[in-house]
Parts: sequence; structure tokens; C-alpha cells
Amino acid sequence: MASANDYMVDVAGLRKQFHVRPERWGAKPRVVHAVSDISFKLRPGVTMGIVGESGCGKSTVARLLMGLVEADGGDVRLAGQRLGYEPAQLKAVRRKVQMVFQDSFASLNPRMTVEASLMFGPVVHGMPRAEARRNAHDLLARVGLEPARFAGRYPHEVSGGQRQRVNIARALALRPEVVIFDEAVSALDKSVEIQVLNLLQDLKAEFGLTYLFISHDLNVVQYISDQVLVMYLGKIVEIGPVQAVYEHPAHPYTRALLASMPSMDPRRRTVAPPIVGDPPSPIDPPSGCRFRTRCPHAAVPCAEAEPMLVRTHTQTHADGSHQAACHMLNAAPGSWQPLVPTPPVHTRTTPGAMA
Amino acid sequence: MTTPSVLARVQDLTVRFRTPRGEACAVNGVDFEVGAGEVLGLIGESGCGKSGTLRALMRLLPAARTQIGGRIEVDGQDVLGMQGPTLERYRGGTTAMIFQDPALALDPVYTIGQQIGEAVQRHQGCSRAEARDRAFQLLDQVKVPSPAARLNNYPHEMSGGMRQRAMIALALSCSPKLVLADEPTTALDATVQIQVLLIIRELQQRLGMSAIFVTHDLGVAAEVCDRIAVMYAGRIVETGRTEDVLLHPQHPYTQALLASTIHGSLRGTRIEGIRGAPPDLTRLPQGCAFRDRCSRARSECGGDVPVLQPVQGGHAVACYAAR
Repeated sequence: MASANDYMVDVAGLRKQFHVRPERWGAKPRVVHAVSDISFKLRPGVTMGIVGESGCGKSTVARLLMGLVEADGGDVRLAGQRLGYEPAQLKAVRRKVQMVFQDSFASLNPRMTVEASLMFGPVVHGMPRAEARRNAHDLLARVGLEPARFAGRYPHEVSGGQRQRVNIARALALRPEVVIFDEAVSALDKSVEIQVLNLLQDLKAEFGLTYLFISHDLNVVQYISDQVLVMYLGKIVEIGPVQAVYEHPAHPYTRALLASMPSMDPRRRTVAPPIVGDPPSPIDPPSGCRFRTRCPHAAVPCAEAEPMLVRTHTQTHADGSHQAACHMLNAAPGSWQPLVPTPPVHTRTTPGAMA
Repeated sequence: MTTPSVLARVQDLTVRFRTPRGEACAVNGVDFEVGAGEVLGLIGESGCGKSGTLRALMRLLPAARTQIGGRIEVDGQDVLGMQGPTLERYRGGTTAMIFQDPALALDPVYTIGQQIGEAVQRHQGCSRAEARDRAFQLLDQVKVPSPAARLNNYPHEMSGGMRQRAMIALALSCSPKLVLADEPTTALDATVQIQVLLIIRELQQRLGMSAIFVTHDLGVAAEVCDRIAVMYAGRIVETGRTEDVLLHPQHPYTQALLASTIHGSLRGTRIEGIRGAPPDLTRLPQGCAFRDRCSRARSECGGDVPVLQPVQGGHAVACYAAR
């Protein structure tokens, strides 16, 4: 049996709700269920991809792990150390976890040079200035930016791809063990994106890092991750090794999400949308299974009880690491009364057949 | 002389912006045609001139800071020479635009019904009640659930996908012949993106409109475009039918762009991508703008700018090495 200390990231029952101003005076206060009972474990050196639509709570998970927002409940352990919210505890945790944000410009201080930004963290944590400067120059060279040219520049003097490299260097300045990327490559052009992803792979191998990679781009997540976690309205709907989830998606939402990717082949165009409608608001989510309002297989029990994460039956991962939360997972087809009529089957056909 | 099947023709279009750092050459001699009922995709990375081309077609560029050269003809009319009421009829009437961010493009202080109704009233001179009926039909057409109730919604009361649908309804309100779409699905989630793409494709085919679709996402282009023009540093470097360009790319830039587009089957492999960065538009190099990043560059690439040469069946490429 693995002991608790074998895991780099250990999240148990994490919950966070945000209170929203009522629509009018005297109305019932509204609550956003951003993250509801999330648990997962991550071994050192593993990259976990987190995918889901906007509003599913993936960024809130990142902020909770960083201690940027305080959790309502649950437990976060990073490298065996429990996350607390006292200033000293937070300072200790920040040495272990760092984060790279989507907006490379907004996340750098516009009045600090690149060098000053990279030195700031280590100096706060007690590193002498001369050593911090050497460290900053080493890191700049490591992320592919020539220190002599870039150290003295301000954020607005470098391009988007270069700025994101500065953010990555800053995240590594304290030698963390876990790095969280929140849509860190989403704003970059394709040719720059691949350069940055390659850099991330190299840095991970060199520094022995554990990554949490949040993205809405399913292709990028498949490319870079070992494990993948699919979220829907604050809940985990599916989790498992990336290959198992992408090749044998068990949850209807994961299947729809994967089928929504454009085909890249003009001869195999998508004929019908895999699911219709927009994601519902995380304020007052549906009862029971939160996906049931958009699910083609939803039946009466889906509205009554919340499905638990259970292991799937794919042969490739009999160890139970591939799990999904769906009542229909182990149900015989046709054994339950559907809530809504089943829509037509969606297939891809050739343009010739369409005309 | 315009053949009846060509709806829009752009000839030697140049767009230059005055900036504090000098003149930025955003578009440098672009030629293309869009046939009636055809969807042309303009593909490229940021700063390649795809949005500048689109805004020139819509006459949205600020006259004080831009210099536009060349000729644009849509439905037999000279677009760059239009003034006053003719221009007003053209914008929204003959040609309509779908913007990337509907939250910014829609007016926050008017309801969706008012905004669509206003456009219909202004262009078609009908009564307010008729305009409202038309707005209802349009929302229904773009598959907005319970369209009657949505007419009274303000943009902030709708989700992103719903707002983009309302934006499409607004663009289609005066039955344009040409629709310009500037990254219309980039801000949307994957499951919503595919729904909006399918609506655009279905309506374009049903109403027989032409469209120019600007996107950086090759997957999106593969879903909707009949033809593709790949742009780099303000020029078209490759053009042809979508199948030809995406499945048999000839230009080194198109090939590199396709190779650096990540998809699942590449897991575990290392993609080398394109080295370097696109050129500074205020200081474009002589000759082919891609040559510094090109693995097949040779001496003649530094001379004259390569022009589009036909490969076969409408597929053309601007590269010395590709011949």
C-alpha cells in the first residue's frame, strides 16, 4: 500500500462556494457552486490535465491549490504538507507550488524589469540579491531568452510568447515541486504554443516537476498530460490515464466533449452537434447528476441521486484508475425510462453523401 | 469584367497603419475572389493581415490613420469609393460582419430585440412591429431557445453562445449577400463552438450567401470553408480548395503550420514547430517574408517577392522552393 507521503498532490473533498449579490433587495442570496467535493491524488513527476467548459470550476481548483482563495471544506496536501491559510503557512506552501496564468501581460508588474520580476520571489524568501540575480539570468537562459538582451526589458517590450517564457521562469525561480498552468498557452499562436509546450516538457524532466495543466484545448491536454480530469459544473465526471479517457471515454459528457473537436479533415465534417445547449449556470445546478439536463441518456434516477465516481470496465486499466461518475455506466441498455427522448445518432459522413 | 458567379473581388489590396514606430504594412497586395454561395477561409497567425483585410472589406478602418490601396468590388459596386448613404446601405445591407466578441459588439443598453429591430427598420424601412416579427424569426433561425422571451433580454443576460447566436441573427437581419466572420467561435467552449459553426454553415448554404471566414484554427476552417487562403506577413502565400491546402500543402509555411498544430495522435512525439517569430510589420524584409524561418530558403528568396503560381486546379502557391 502506498503511504500518504507518496503523493505530491493529495486533494480530498475540496469544496468552494461563492456568494453572489441577490438580484434584488430581499431576494434569496444566490450561491455559485464552483467546486463541489473534488478529490484526486497525483504522484511526483506526473502531469495532470484538467478539462471542462467555462464555469466548470477548473480555475477555482487551481486557485484553491495555491491558497489564493480559502476553501470551504476539504483537505489539500502538497508534498506531504497540509495547506493552511496563516501567512507563514502560505509562504511555506508558495515555495512548493507556483502558477502560470493565461494573460502573460496582466500577470507581470508593468513597472518591474524582467530581471526584477524574477528576483522578487527569491529575495522575499531570503536569497541574497546577487545570488537572486544570478539565478534570474540562469533561468532566462534556460527558458530560451538571452539574459543580456532580455534582463533589462519591461513586460511591454517583449512579445507574447517571450512574456509567457518570463512567467514560466518566474514560476521556477523558487524551485517549486508543483507548477499549475491555468490556460498558460491558450493565448499564443500555434507555432509559439508548440515551442512553449516543448519547453515545459524539457523543464519538467530537468527539474523533476509535477504539473497541473488546465486548458480548454483537448488536443493540447492529450499531448502533454499523463492523467486527465474532466470537470462539469464543479464536479469530477471522469478521471483516468489520458489514453484510456480519450480512447474509451465512459461519461456521456466526456464523449460529447471529445466529439466536439473540429475534425481537421474537410472530408469528414461534423454533421450534427454532439450535445445541444450551453452549460447551465453553476448557480443552482440541477439536482442529482448535474449533466442530466444536456445528457442524451438521462433517465429518472439521474434526477434523484448524485452519481459517484466508480471504476469503468475498460480492459486496459483494470487497476481502477479510470473512473467515471454516471448512473448509466453499469446499467443495462433500456432498463431505465429515459427523461427525454433520445436524439438521432450523430455520425460523420463524407460531403458527397450529404449532397 | 465580372463574371456573374463572382460576388466579391479584391485586387492588389494594401493596408498601412500609421503607428508611433513608423508605418506598419498590415496587408501587402492581396488578391482574391469569392464566388456566389462560396465560403473562403483566411488563415494565419496574429499580425498576418487577415483581420485588416476583413475590416478593409467592411470599410471599418479609421480613415485618419490608415492608407488603403487597391480595389475592392462587392456585388458589382466599388467599395473603397463609397460615400454617405451608399456606404450605409452597403454596411449591414450588402455585407454584414460577425465579430469575435459579441459582448463588445452588441450594445449593452438595448435589448436584443431592439438591436435587431433597429437594423431591420433602418435598412428595410418597415414598421416597428414588422421589425420585431423579423427579429423573432431570425432568433428562431439561429436556434435560440424560446426566442420570444429572448427578444427582451439584454446582452449581459445571455450566455456567450447565446450572444454569438444573437450576433449572427443581427448580421443576417438584412439578408446580406456577403458575410464577414472574424474568429466568430474563438471565444466559445468546444461544445458550443461546434453548434455555432454548424448553424453558420447551415444558414450560409440554405440562404445561398457568400462568406469570408477569418480564423487561426485549421480545424474550424476544415469544418466550414470551401476554399482557403493562407496569409503570412500581409500576403497570401497559398490558396486553393480546403482539401488541397490542408491535405496537400505546398508552401513551407502552410506545412509548418499544419505540423505544429497539435492533435491527439502526436502524444509522445516531439513536434519541432517553426523557429523564430513573424517579421516586424514596420520593417518587412526584402523578398519572401518567411525566408528567415524557412528550412528550404535559397538565394533567390531574398530577391523579388514570390508571386502566386498555380499548382493545379485552382491551388496556387507563392514560393520558389515549392516549384
